[in-house]
Amino acid sequence: MPEISNFTMNFGPQHPSAHGVLRLVLELDGEVIERADPHIGLLHRATEKLAEHKTFLQNLPYMDRLDYVSMMCNEHAYCRAVEGLLGIEIPQRAQYIRTLFDEITRVLNHLLWLGAYALDVGAMSVFLYCFREREDLMDVYEAVSGARMHAAYYRPGGVYRDLPAQMPQYEPSPYRDAKRLQELNANRNGSVLDFIEDFTRRFPGYIDEYETLLTDNRIWKQRTVGIGVVAPERAIALGFTGPMLRASGVAWDLRRTQPYAAYADLDFEIPVGKEGDCYDRYLVRVAEMRESNKIIAQCVDWLRKNPGPVMVDDYKIAPPPRKEMKTSMEALIHHFKLFSEGMIVPAGEIYAAVEAPKGEFGIYMLSDGANKPYRMKIRAPGFSHLAAMDEMAKGHMIADVVAILATMDIVFGEIDR
Amino acid sequence: MVSQQIEAGLGQRIRRRQIARGELTLELLRDDFLASCTWLRDAAGFDQLIDICGVDYSEYGDGTWEGERFAVVYHLLGIHSRQRLRLRVFLDEDLPIIASVNAIWPAANWFERETFDLFGFLFEGHPDLRRILTDYGFVGHPFRKDFPLVGTVEMRYDPDQRRVIYEPTRIEERVVVPRIVRSDEEGRYDARN
Repeated sequence: MPEISNFTMNFGPQHPSAHGVLRLVLELDGEVIERADPHIGLLHRATEKLAEHKTFLQNLPYMDRLDYVSMMCNEHAYCRAVEGLLGIEIPQRAQYIRTLFDEITRVLNHLLWLGAYALDVGAMSVFLYCFREREDLMDVYEAVSGARMHAAYYRPGGVYRDLPAQMPQYEPSPYRDAKRLQELNANRNGSVLDFIEDFTRRFPGYIDEYETLLTDNRIWKQRTVGIGVVAPERAIALGFTGPMLRASGVAWDLRRTQPYAAYADLDFEIPVGKEGDCYDRYLVRVAEMRESNKIIAQCVDWLRKNPGPVMVDDYKIAPPPRKEMKTSMEALIHHFKLFSEGMIVPAGEIYAAVEAPKGEFGIYMLSDGANKPYRMKIRAPGFSHLAAMDEMAKGHMIADVVAILATMDIVFGEIDR
Repeated sequence: MVSQQIEAGLGQRIRRRQIARGELTLELLRDDFLASCTWLRDAAGFDQLIDICGVDYSEYGDGTWEGERFAVVYHLLGIHSRQRLRLRVFLDEDLPIIASVNAIWPAANWFERETFDLFGFLFEGHPDLRRILTDYGFVGHPFRKDFPLVGTVEMRYDPDQRRVIYEPTRIEERVVVPRIVRSDEEGRYDARN
């Protein structure tokens, strides 16, 4: 009789389904997981320490680089923390623009997640479909901020500028003829809002396409149903938030339970799962995309009807308009002070959270009345989720680890910070 | 309302209580900390631990801080009551040790490891208190205020030895925007220009 012993396997950090830089040390009994020990920190950049040495405005772009697939939601939590310490209310139009872009970000994030998840489980084509739609939304990001990903569009006090009146168009090029160019620009002739509205009309059809590929697909079900089940009490105890918690059957969504921005005025549903397995988490996120689409449509409608300022009218927080700067000494001094010394935030502490696509993304900020945060702690949803890896993977096969990992929607930018 | 209920339940274990910006903060004593947490979970309904954060107060307000140097801040959430609560516990500077809440909220596991890694606080009773975010074999606790921003070691590939080596950092810390503390009394924050 040969002696059978457990063996240890390294999964990652170079593995394509490790979603970045996860080193997972698996203790295996044959093909069954006995223990999973995630080693994280390979992308640790000490954002929190850096934040202590940068002014409140300089810190903002670092937020994009935390969870680098839901950029604007991170900025939102940060801005809410600074605004809370300053004790200011931002204009309502800015609240709606933030809501609109939070939801666009949620769709962007869920599309990437869906594509990557299907790819990990073995369905290549979904990835290509998802990236087709991401392209449109990235163009919206680019239209408002100039950057496709790291937007730095939200600022403490509102958003950097109002939505542009003209959606950027494709330009003539030797590689495409006039007819193709016209096709590409067909929905780009109006404003950014027109383009987004056109997207909300097309998007439900696209979601149907993904669902046709996956929802009743028997291979998909074999790989996801009953895998990585988490009971509701356990999900709460383990610190799960967002879709991970809702798939286990707990109807908790900050947009509804502790509303911020404009969510209190909008009409949307909170999808909740039943079993708490990988398949439910898939269904919850797909349903969330449909709800986000509804919210986007409502925001577009409101924004069309209600023009107004998008930034607080306080030159200690927001820069003065260019024109005024050129004529008023006062405004010039404010501009100089704001971009050199930065804003002074009153002493105190605050915890501001938003419902990011992955779960509760929170910023705990401690200020001592300086132009830089004294201490900033980033509460990343993925951190708690990955911490439960051992519990979720125990007793499953190696191939299921990939499905469980993908269902957590892991992004190392936020976990390692 | 909730505040009064908690105060009645915890009684003498609360060192200080503060409500600011709609958030309740309780400063708890280190003694009986676990009993306080168990009570908060079971009787007050704070069933989810959201975050654990270490704080080093040594440079607070340009050195005007007079209390203890280290603190651990816990953020709790009651899913059913929809309430949030912040707990702060100050630690001894020479031996920063506190009881682990891992048995009460399993979510604490990694958060405590992180705080141990970055601040060097010891969580008594933690099942697996290893470093989590820093490099294997890292020395020091980087988020303490006396740890330099540029770090202490840098890593490079050495072609002669044909391996990655660690050396003391050569770059110097550069302050582009100095840190300025202004108090409210100066009227700086009277917002209208």
